[in-house]
Amino acid sequence: MHTKTLIELAQGLRSKEFSSVELTQTFLDRIQKHQHLNAYITVTEAVALHNAQAADTRLANGTAGLLTGIPIAQKDIFCTLDVKTTCGSKMLDNFSAPYNATVVEKFNQAGAVMLGKLNMDEFAMGSSNETSYYGAVKNPWNINSVPGGSSGGSAAAVAARLAVCATGTDTGGSIRQPAALCGITGLKPTYGRVSRYGMIAYASSLDQGGPMARSAEEAAIMLQTMAGFDEKDSTSVDLPVPDYCAGLNNSLAGLKIGLPKEFFGEGLNSDVAATLETAINEYRKLGAEIKEISMPNLKLAIPAYYVIAPAECSANLSRFDGVRYGYRCANPVDLADLYTRSRGEGFGKEVKRRILMGTYALSTGYYDAYYLKAQKIRRLISEDFKQALTEVDVIMGPVTPTTAFGIGEKMSNPIEMYLSDIYTIAINLAGVPALSIPAGFVAGMPVGLQIIGNYFAEDRLLNIAHQYQQVTDWHLHTPKGFE
Amino acid sequence: MSLTADDVNKIAHLARLGIDHQDVESYAKDLSGILDLMTQMSELNTDNVEPMAHPMDQAQRLRADVVTEPDNREKFQAIAPQVEAGLYLVPKVIE
Repeated sequence: MHTKTLIELAQGLRSKEFSSVELTQTFLDRIQKHQHLNAYITVTEAVALHNAQAADTRLANGTAGLLTGIPIAQKDIFCTLDVKTTCGSKMLDNFSAPYNATVVEKFNQAGAVMLGKLNMDEFAMGSSNETSYYGAVKNPWNINSVPGGSSGGSAAAVAARLAVCATGTDTGGSIRQPAALCGITGLKPTYGRVSRYGMIAYASSLDQGGPMARSAEEAAIMLQTMAGFDEKDSTSVDLPVPDYCAGLNNSLAGLKIGLPKEFFGEGLNSDVAATLETAINEYRKLGAEIKEISMPNLKLAIPAYYVIAPAECSANLSRFDGVRYGYRCANPVDLADLYTRSRGEGFGKEVKRRILMGTYALSTGYYDAYYLKAQKIRRLISEDFKQALTEVDVIMGPVTPTTAFGIGEKMSNPIEMYLSDIYTIAINLAGVPALSIPAGFVAGMPVGLQIIGNYFAEDRLLNIAHQYQQVTDWHLHTPKGFE
Repeated sequence: MSLTADDVNKIAHLARLGIDHQDVESYAKDLSGILDLMTQMSELNTDNVEPMAHPMDQAQRLRADVVTEPDNREKFQAIAPQVEAGLYLVPKVIE
């Protein structure tokens, strides 16, 4: 059952080949069997089986949608009512959310069955899933490699078929990079497309939730449920949601693809580059025109991001004070001690590093030099995208400079870790949508192709990804031991 | 640009963030490295560029000033470390 696509599973549920309870039990057994991957922080077995039963009722009485009865999993950054919501941190190890995130609520209403909460880098700060308080997640393609991050548990779970599909969030590449490193499809929607309500904030002007699945078609089905205006999110965009599946089969004849020369220069592994070239050739065969473009300000995306994201994080994470919820230190002597020790003991090293960096960048005397400067560069990077997307329909490039690196390899050098996000970060600064699709393998490890589109062009991106997946089968490969 | 152990302690105080004594040097080194990376930004002239705070350049949406939330005090306080009579408790602030 676990190798079937979402559409096949939806058909199987309708033809009574299997029930949602049986399907859910199959996935729960797989989670148990493969727990060494450490993909889940919490498995909600009893609730899942209860909800599967409810889904079977809906399937029987004809009120079911495509996702009804389908076992999915939520990144542990989304608040789930009365279910532990940790954000990968000791700070929230004792936190049971008093409400559902809008995204969770929408999947519940659609009848999807939540299997549990997925591991992630602490507060979504990391590119390897090694900063989690609950330990590193292993890449199902090679258990000595990282799955990427911060949505590493989501990517590993979908790749290993421990969930049909999963949610992720992307602040600087946290959906696309793990999707690439685990060989699945992951979409970061336009900023504001998916509600951030109940999604624990890291950098609020960059954070965006999105779908992680095996194929573009499955991602389209998920996004249909996730997207839309939410008055509970003050930056949610009030635009109609198109039918994301309607255009999947549109022809790509005449599609103009731009390849920024800045994406294919020094630093990109040559085998990864060759794999991408083959993928781009496939698009030529599908009728696309390829054009080299230039986006001169991209090189400043990393420094600008590592000012803006930590600045926003230092403000957002000030809410964790040991007073209202979350971790509180033992025997505080006074209020200052309560704050300082609760935060000091509750946060891990990478989170502290970013709080310190952000606090510094916002402090008196440095605000103009760092924060304001970074926001100006953000404007220039965004203009680069707007300009490029008048010349071409979409931009393609790598997601990561190399395939998945080894667990432990980059943990001692934070800057090297930051630099691995070079191809994904600029997209969040601009706010445009982008996805990663499996495009082949180098030495047995998956390679992702990134496709970047204009604001609210998720339907076009999914169409372009889906057409590629009709002529290739990279997205259908399953890692050894998980077949 | 490099930060000293003293600088790190000052920043940590501003953030009310306890850091282990033996980690201060390594934070100083990491933050100095990150600041070096940021000096690349000064290569670019941004004199007449409008800072961008939000990807959509959106203004804050306003709503009518009406009550939309029910009283959830008990539910929210059930997950608090220490409460009494509907109040959050902290160590004594005023003698």
